[in-house]
Formats: sequence, structure tokens, C-alpha cells
Amino acid sequence: MPIEILMPALSPTMEDGKLAKWMVKEGDTVQSGDVIAEIETDKATMEVEAVDEGVIAKILIGEGTEHVAVNKPIAVLLEEGEDASALESTGSASPAPPAAEPPAAPSTPPSPDPAPAAAPQAETRPAPEPAPKSNGQAGRMFASPLARRLAQQGNIDLAQITGTGPHGRVVKHDVEEALKSGVAPAAAAAEATSGGQVMPARTSSTTAVPAMPDEEILALYESGSYEVVPHDNMRRIIAERLTMAKSTIPHFYLSLDCRLDALLAARQRLNAMSPAEGPNVFKISVNDMIIKALAMALQKVPHANATWTDQGILRHRSSDVGVAVAIDGGLFTPVIRHAEVKSLSEISNEMKDLAGRARKRRLAPHEYQGGTTSISNLGMMGIKSFDAVINPPHSSILAVGAGEKRPVINNDSIEIATMMTCTLSCDHRVVDGALGAELLDAFKGFIEEPVTMLV
Amino acid sequence: MSDTSFDIAVIGGGPGGYVAAIRAAQLGLSVCVIEREHMGGICLNWGCIPTKALLRTSEIFHLMHRADEFGLSVSDIRFDIQKVVKRSRKVSAKLSGGVAYLMKKNKIPVFDGTARLKGNGVVAITGKDGAALADVQAKHIIVATGARARTLPNLEPDGKLVWTYKEAMVPDMMPKSLLVVGSGAIGIEFASFYRTLGADVTVVEIMDRVLPVEDEEISGLAQKAFEKQGMKILTGTSVEQLEKGENAVAVTLKKGDGASETLTVDRVILAIGITGNVEDIGLEEAGVNIDRGHIAIDEWSRTDVEGIYAIGDVAGPPWLAHKASHEGVLCVEKIAGVEGVHPLNTSNVPGCTYCAPQVASVGLTEKNAIEAGHEVKVGRFPYQANGKAIALGETDGLIKTVFDAKTGELLGAHMIGAEVTELIQGYGIARTLETTEADLMHTIFPHPTLSEMMHESVLDAYGRVMHI
Repeated sequence: MPIEILMPALSPTMEDGKLAKWMVKEGDTVQSGDVIAEIETDKATMEVEAVDEGVIAKILIGEGTEHVAVNKPIAVLLEEGEDASALESTGSASPAPPAAEPPAAPSTPPSPDPAPAAAPQAETRPAPEPAPKSNGQAGRMFASPLARRLAQQGNIDLAQITGTGPHGRVVKHDVEEALKSGVAPAAAAAEATSGGQVMPARTSSTTAVPAMPDEEILALYESGSYEVVPHDNMRRIIAERLTMAKSTIPHFYLSLDCRLDALLAARQRLNAMSPAEGPNVFKISVNDMIIKALAMALQKVPHANATWTDQGILRHRSSDVGVAVAIDGGLFTPVIRHAEVKSLSEISNEMKDLAGRARKRRLAPHEYQGGTTSISNLGMMGIKSFDAVINPPHSSILAVGAGEKRPVINNDSIEIATMMTCTLSCDHRVVDGALGAELLDAFKGFIEEPVTMLV
Repeated sequence: MSDTSFDIAVIGGGPGGYVAAIRAAQLGLSVCVIEREHMGGICLNWGCIPTKALLRTSEIFHLMHRADEFGLSVSDIRFDIQKVVKRSRKVSAKLSGGVAYLMKKNKIPVFDGTARLKGNGVVAITGKDGAALADVQAKHIIVATGARARTLPNLEPDGKLVWTYKEAMVPDMMPKSLLVVGSGAIGIEFASFYRTLGADVTVVEIMDRVLPVEDEEISGLAQKAFEKQGMKILTGTSVEQLEKGENAVAVTLKKGDGASETLTVDRVILAIGITGNVEDIGLEEAGVNIDRGHIAIDEWSRTDVEGIYAIGDVAGPPWLAHKASHEGVLCVEKIAGVEGVHPLNTSNVPGCTYCAPQVASVGLTEKNAIEAGHEVKVGRFPYQANGKAIALGETDGLIKTVFDAKTGELLGAHMIGAEVTELIQGYGIARTLETTEADLMHTIFPHPTLSEMMHESVLDAYGRVMHI
């Protein structure tokens, strides 16, 4: 019996993804554990491994196909001794379907014992969702002209809407329902889980103000005087998320200067203690110490370790701190969880691993989702100070500037000190001015007296 | 499956019932039809089809009188009402036979008899001779028994002087004067037929305009056109009393201001709406909810009783054959579990009246659209400015389109003039596919056709009309 390889779910909330790349071709023999394809979701690219061994008989979904629904067959594997004629017995032997294929509903189960497709997180795979998510499976969006216009006017992404028209076509009714239920941009939906805790999706998002339409923008530039770089998934998500953040989160900003001399000295002494080689090697950066200091500050000011939801403020117990990592074409914010209980060397090594994999776009969604605050450090770029945009569902973000020698006044005399300006952006719904100030002051305390982080 | 046990039993072989049965057969369900009179129902036998045959006669008759205009000479133009009726009946018979063939082709057994629900999915069938014919057992029963002319206590037809559509369709003589009560599609079509053949026709309408469900502007144009043909139209007027004489009827009319008027006519045609055939089927005993003469259903044609459905005229307005057929298909597909079935959107059901000039519409009228809160853009294009219309010698008419100013949704289209009943489907497709004004503007309409006016009307709504 040929085995159908199904589209894996990379996270519990994943409904579809892009089949970025096939690493095998039809006729290739694969062993269990071989990487056969790469799947791209909002942010991450994950490898799909073969679970069974056999010959790739048929590739059903072409490379580069977007919005491939979870659990949709993507390829067919022939086991040893089977030949192509066995394909006749499986419904999926037909060639890669056009995008307008009707919803693959579970009314015709692929086989009594669906092949356990290579799913990195099989245990978190959601139940097959029968909703026709065929929208734009092959890059083409099926939507009525009226639905397109309504979506444009309502400033919502058609790709996020499940079409109920013929062959999954998005019709007026679908857009109206989506507008009514306040369909959140894709990213917000992906954020809906955090550490296994399900948080209500933002349903009360304020009415979106339509952005300046493309035609108007294009009219302002002479054609040929620019090139158009198509958005990739990450660019779209960044645009959606940060637009949502800035338009739904009431930001305010608090800045103060921290003296780094004691921290730099401590860092030097600590790093000198690292073994020269072996598994316990560490090299602590200023940023690692900032992560730890912010984690400790959140424990000291627990009311600031919080998330806004419509039904109430979530007060978190642990300090899960996101750290913005710039990568080619965008950024990731992997999260260091329980940073308050981790040692500096643990934080440092974990951060190196996360940042390294982020640059290769190899983070799993659970590694960058959740958290309560984050750190954006542009000090290494020489930036003195800046205001960062809160990364929903966080309630704050710390923008860290460069450590530099500055004249400071100490006891009415001028002396030279290494100073760093930090600006905390706060979500006023959760963190009021005084609370934010308290958090930032606690942070400053840990930075200036790093030994207190040990208490 | 035995010969008397079915997945679906359809009661009524009209355009709702027989189409539902064919769809069921296509989906592999076992289905039977129970029909007490003739396959095809009122539509084929006493409604849509035979009246179109009659109206074709009156249309040709009218054109013959205009022969000179086209450079032809005809003399001694006469008609033989018996022959006219005979042709109309022949057309019906041909189509009814066609439906019988379709039943055979789809292997659908047809029981000639009257059905009665016996509970537990049993339908008892009584033959035309009154003897029990068969009991059939069905998992699902679709009631598609249609409707008949509505009557009022003071407006009782007698089949001789006071007609319903049935007698009006097979006149034994040509009345010299005629009163048509009700100016809906049925009343107006008969008024048009008899007026064109030379009768003095008076139309009484209780509402303030003829064809009251149509767009007000179209109603107004229709009334003007009818009056120009010599029809007498009394709106805001009701019939108080009918006094039948030997070979004429004295009618007392009551105007809106309370004033009375009497007139004497050879014949009266009652066209004051229809009422569902809900009696003697066993619906009450089965517990089916009947509301004002019609079976109450949900959006999937389900009655209150599980396993019993109702479609078409018996299930309420709009009372149109194509609505019944579509409802039948949706009902069966829902039963069969076909995916992606959507409930009937009544605002996408086109309405057609085959009088001269014809009237057709789909969607919201201008007034309804505004009342529903839409800001509207309205386009109009007259027949006078269309090349094909002028060549045909049909320069009376208008095509009107109503758009939502914000979204460009085609909210409604309203037409009056030659062949508009054949044109309206274009806007029907546009609405079903949810096109906006942009797609309609980008569509290339062939020249020279009447359909070009549909394009121009859209352009006019957006200030881009070309030929006026």
C-alpha cells in the first residue's frame, strides 16, 4: 500500500505552510530520517524527514506552493516491492492538483491507517481541519472581485480567509464574516499560544485604518525608477505585526542611563574563568547580562511581568525574555525562558544557539513565540538611544543603546564613566508610568551592581 | 431497495419536484415522484409555458399590424382564438411528454395519484379512481405540491364569467371587455395578451402602481406603455363586488379616496396572488407547521418535522418556477451531503414578466437599496439610443442598474423593453460571481446587440456612458 506523506504541522496553531523546497525527486529512494523537504511557515523553515523508507513515487505539491493545508498529502511513497501500479489504489496518485481543487475533506480518508508523515512535533499536530483552506494553494488567490474589494477596503488579508464559495473561492459573505469576527493578522493568530497556555486571540482589534493604496503610491514614482522586491512571508508578518502593535498598543517611553563600569569588570572576571575548551566553555556578553538583569527586574517588579488580554491581565510567574536577532531580510525574537533562574553561562550559550539558528531561519515556532518582554540592542551599531516597538503580546520592550565613555557628575565633580542609555517602551494598558519606572529602576540596579543578580 | 422503498419521495411533479428528483437520481439516490395531474406541474401545463405560447401569438399579431413600417404589406389580419389556444396546448403537451421522458431516462418511478403522509416516512398513494395505489416508504419526503390562485370571499371564480389563470388560458371566446384584478406578473401578462388581441382591458391594482414588486421607475414606465396601448389602469383601487349577469359582470370598484365606480365587462380575470396547496396531504397530522397558506421551512427547506421538506410555491415566495427548481436541487444536495451547498439567496432570483414591453429584474430596487442603508450609484440607458433596438423597431425601454457606491457591488438591475427577459441572466451571473462595476465595464459586449445597453447602463452609473 503506497504511503501518503502528509503536510506536517510545525506548531499547534499552524494551518498551512509553504512547501519551500523538495530535497528529493520522484524516483529517489529515501531512508527513514532523510530530509525530504523544507516547509516554511510565518517565520520558520523546518525540514521534513521521512518516517518510512521507500521510493518517492509521486510529488503531489510542487515546490514553492504556498498555503498547503496541514495534513494534505504532499507526496506518495512506495514501499519495497511495490511498483507504480500500486498508485492506482490511492486517490492521491493524481498529479499535483490545480489551486482550485475542492476542499480535501476528511470524507475520503486517504487510507485506513494514514501514514505518520514526517512531523517534527507529531504530538502537537492539530486535528485535521476540514475547512477548505485551498485559498491560493498554488500562489493564485481565488476570490470574487467584490470580496477582493471588500478585503482591501477593510484592510484584511484575503489569504487569511477561508473561502466558502465554489472550490474554496472567497466570496463577499466570507469577508463580511471575517470583518465581523475581527480576523487578526496571521501573526496574531500564531501568537495565540504561549507556553502551552492558550490565550484568547485578539478579537477586539480596532477598526483598521486602510493604508495608502498601492496605486496612489506608485503614481508618485516614475515607473522604471525603482525595482519591486516582492514581500516574503517574514516581511509580511513584520509589517502586519508591527502595524498592529503600533495601532493597538498605547506605547509610552521611559529612558535612563546606566553606568556599566561594574558590569564590565565583572564580565571580564567571569570570562577569564571559562575553561579553554570543552562543553563548559562560555563567553558572556554584555547582552547576556542585560537579559539576566531584565529577568531579575521582572521578578522584583512582578506586576510589570504581564500581558494584556481583553478578559484580564495575565501575570506571568517566570521571566521569559525575548531577544531581537537581526537576520538577513528581517529579524527573529527568540525567547530565553525562565531567565531568572538560569546562570549567565546558560543564558549565554542558549542565546548563541538560538541566534545562530535564527540566522539560518531554523527556529521552531515555540522558540520565538510567547514571552512577556524583549530586548532590542542596537548598541553594537553605535546607536545611542532609540524607542522600540512592542512585540505583541509583550507588554514592554527594552531598547538598549551603546555603552560609551561619557563625562558624568559624581559628588559635584566630573568623572569619566561607561554609560549606556536604555529606553523602555511600555504597553500602558498593562504597565502604567510609575510601574514602568519601577521596572527600569530595578533593571538599572542590577546592571550597576551586577553582584545583586546573585541574590 | 424494493419498488416501494426510496431514499427520497417527491410529492409533486412540477418544476420543483421533477428537478429535485433528477438531481437526486444524479447523486445516486433512489427517488420517486408522485403526481396527481400531469408532470411538469402548473409551469408546463397551466403557467409559464402555455402563456408564453399565447404571448408569442399576440406579439406576432402586433407586429403584423406594424408590417407597413417594415416595408411589408399584410391585409385581412385576423385570428382564430381556438387555434391560438390549440397551439398553446400543443406546446404544453410536448413539454409534459418531455418531462415524462426525463423521468424514464433517470429511472425515476412516477406514481400517478394523490399522496398523503402517513407518518414514519410512509406516503400513501391513491389512484385517480380513488382506490389505494401503493404505500411508499422514504427516508426523506419532499413536498412540492405547488400553489393555486388565491381567492377572496367576494372574489370567487366561477370558471365561466370570472376566470382564474386556468380559464384565461383556454378561452372559448374572445371577450370584448375584460377586467383584470391584480397587476402582478400573471395579471399583467393576461392583460397584455388580451389587449393586444383587441379587448378593452381594465387593470385594477390595490397598490399604488402596477407590477408592485418591481423598481418604481420601471413600474411607472410599464404603466405608461400599457396606457399608450389603450389599457385602462386603476391603481389604489379594489374590487368591492362582482355581480354576475347572463353574459357579463357588473363590477363595483372602490377607489383609495372611498369613491365607488361601476363598470360592466364580459369577463373578469382574478390574479390576486396564489396560495399553497397544503390541504389533504396529511401535513397537519404529521405536525408540519403551516404559516398563512404556506409550509414553514428553514434555509435548507426543512420543515419542523424531521425527514419532511418543502420546496417551491408551497414553501412560499417568490412564486417562480426557477426558484422552485433551484430550491429542489439545494434541498436534495443538502440531503445527500454534497459539500459547499449554500442556501438560496432570494435576492439572486430573477423576476420576469412577459408582457409587451417585457419587464425583468434581479436584486434590490433602488428604493430597497437605499432603505437597506446603501449609498447608491444608479445607471440608466434607454432603448432609444441603442442601434439594435432601433433596427428592431423596439425603441421603448430602459435598462437601469443600481450599485453600492462604496464597494461597487451590483445591488440590482431593472429592465423594461424588448427581450429583457433574455438579457437579465447577464446581471444574474454578475451577481452570483460577485462582480463589481469594474468587471462589468471590462466585459466586451457584442455589437450590435441589445446587451450593449447593459454595458452602457453600468458605465452611466459611473459617469462614463458613451452613447447618450
